[in-house]
Amino acid sequence: MGDNLDDLYRDIIMDHYKYPRGKKKLEKADVKNEGKNPVCGDEIEVSLKVNSGKVEDISVECIGCAISVASGSMLADAIRGKTIDEVKKIAANIKAVLIGEKAEEAVELGDLEALEGVNKFPVRVKCALLSWTTLIDGLEAWETGEGKNGSTTE
Amino acid sequence: MKSENTGGTILREKREATAGFDPEAIMADFPILTRKIGSNKLVYLDNAATTQKPTSVIEALNSYYRVMNANVHRGLHTLAEESTAAFEEARRKTALFIGGVKSEELIITRNATESINIVAASWGRKNIRRGDRIVLTEMEHHANLVPWIALSKETGAELAYIPIDSQGVLDLENIDSIITDNTKIVSLTQMSNVLGTINPVEEIGRIAHAAGAVFLVDGAQSAPHMPVNVKAMDADFYVFSAHKMLGPTGIGFLYGRENILNSMEPFLYGGEMIREVRYDYADWNILPWKFEAGTPNIAGAIGFSPALDYLNSLGMESIRDHEKKLTAYAIERLSEIKGIMIYGPKDIESRGGAVSFTHGEIHPHDLATFLDSRGIAIRAGHHCAQPLVKKLGLNATARASFYIYNTNSDIDDLAAGLAEAWRYFGHG
Ligand SMILES: Cc1ncc(COP(=O)(O)O)c(C=O)c1O
Repeated sequence: MGDNLDDLYRDIIMDHYKYPRGKKKLEKADVKNEGKNPVCGDEIEVSLKVNSGKVEDISVECIGCAISVASGSMLADAIRGKTIDEVKKIAANIKAVLIGEKAEEAVELGDLEALEGVNKFPVRVKCALLSWTTLIDGLEAWETGEGKNGSTTE
Repeated sequence: MKSENTGGTILREKREATAGFDPEAIMADFPILTRKIGSNKLVYLDNAATTQKPTSVIEALNSYYRVMNANVHRGLHTLAEESTAAFEEARRKTALFIGGVKSEELIITRNATESINIVAASWGRKNIRRGDRIVLTEMEHHANLVPWIALSKETGAELAYIPIDSQGVLDLENIDSIITDNTKIVSLTQMSNVLGTINPVEEIGRIAHAAGAVFLVDGAQSAPHMPVNVKAMDADFYVFSAHKMLGPTGIGFLYGRENILNSMEPFLYGGEMIREVRYDYADWNILPWKFEAGTPNIAGAIGFSPALDYLNSLGMESIRDHEKKLTAYAIERLSEIKGIMIYGPKDIESRGGAVSFTHGEIHPHDLATFLDSRGIAIRAGHHCAQPLVKKLGLNATARASFYIYNTNSDIDDLAAGLAEAWRYFGHG
């Protein structure tokens, strides 16, 4: 690790950490899943309202480190208004960025690019992944009609 | 008169610093302490997890493989004789170190965790039934928690916990309703790895024995940091790990009272632990080898000898005094920092040098990453004591823990880092 702290805690990440978006609870959610990394103590709840195949609204409530909170907040910003298919592509891209690989189908990530710095801190990758894994697990359970209860990236 | 007095005080202080305990000189014996983390010097404050190793230990490991390597208790050649003698010498030294128990009563294991597992599996399965009670405390490490949870699941025995109060000290007020007549074992840590609390093991041991229970003390955090006398505390079992006290990893100990060890079945079966084997028959070796199946960590045990020499040359009383001063200074400095909340007793006499804290809303993992960027190594998380950390109303804490080579200057670095972290993570 060493000195490249500002590469991890980039300005955009710190802004999302201090002022997380999408924290308000949804009245009636279509998709709901909880994620937990017990070793870290991070906990997250992701809920979505889906309308004609698009994410109409989203809520992300996260108790955790700066990276997991910021990642969840950026997720809320990034997927609002997107189709389920687009959401999955973004999530796959984020995963690739975090583990330092190229995604199969690259999409424009915008602010989410800031998460790239996390891949130099291997122990923190799971923090950044928690919200995305929780979202995708929740979506898949919703699509297949199976009740998904709980995700983890540890 | 006045100037003479001052001069005398300074002289005395100087003499005490050099003749007594000199962390600067000690530091020179630990090669790792000269390394850099990025561009910063390493400040190692994660000693409750594992300690660094002095040159003498590193050399002993090296020299064992260079000039002595041979399996123990088997060969009839010079190397085997030498390695067996050195291996058994390490056992003898360790037996002396914990208060002069018999070598036969000291089993060499991989670590404290394995030692507790041996007791839970071998003694526990034989002696614990449905309706019996296993008593632990709320501050146990998973190593002294999970083996008993598993045993309780298997046997149907119940678990009961001695609670902690708001200071993180064991509350013994209702002890008689916890250590009951159906209690078969009382197992607790001598020092908490999260709160630093030193528990009154002698007193609890007396209560356990009065109830007819067996008494296990987890010494993983105490044996490295204070004088320990297993006989004085009247423990039936005492466990600890070499790596937390200057020694190599992969070496731990299980002290057990001779008659209890003799009544137990072996934990692992194979070579070394047998006396006679036929195709349809085997009987067991005598203590301690009955519990040491297979080739042990020979280099590790032999490498632990100079670690004990090192601790003995400093003296465990002096080590405890040094850590008391460091801990008092750490509590004082950290308390001055806005946002810091310290857990565990504030009274230095009743605690050791593991200091857990939180820093406002900053997640302990962010703190650890931030401090690491300044070369400061602390631990963050649940410290393998999830129920305790939850009981404190938290998901994680940060923890600084000290040893012989730490100085007030390390604590100053920590304090400066924590104050800086407060600004970095957005608190003005
Ligand atoms: C109180 C206590 N007990 C047991 C252990 C387990 O030690 P080991 O991992 O060496 O088996 C630890 C280590 O952190 C500890 O702090």
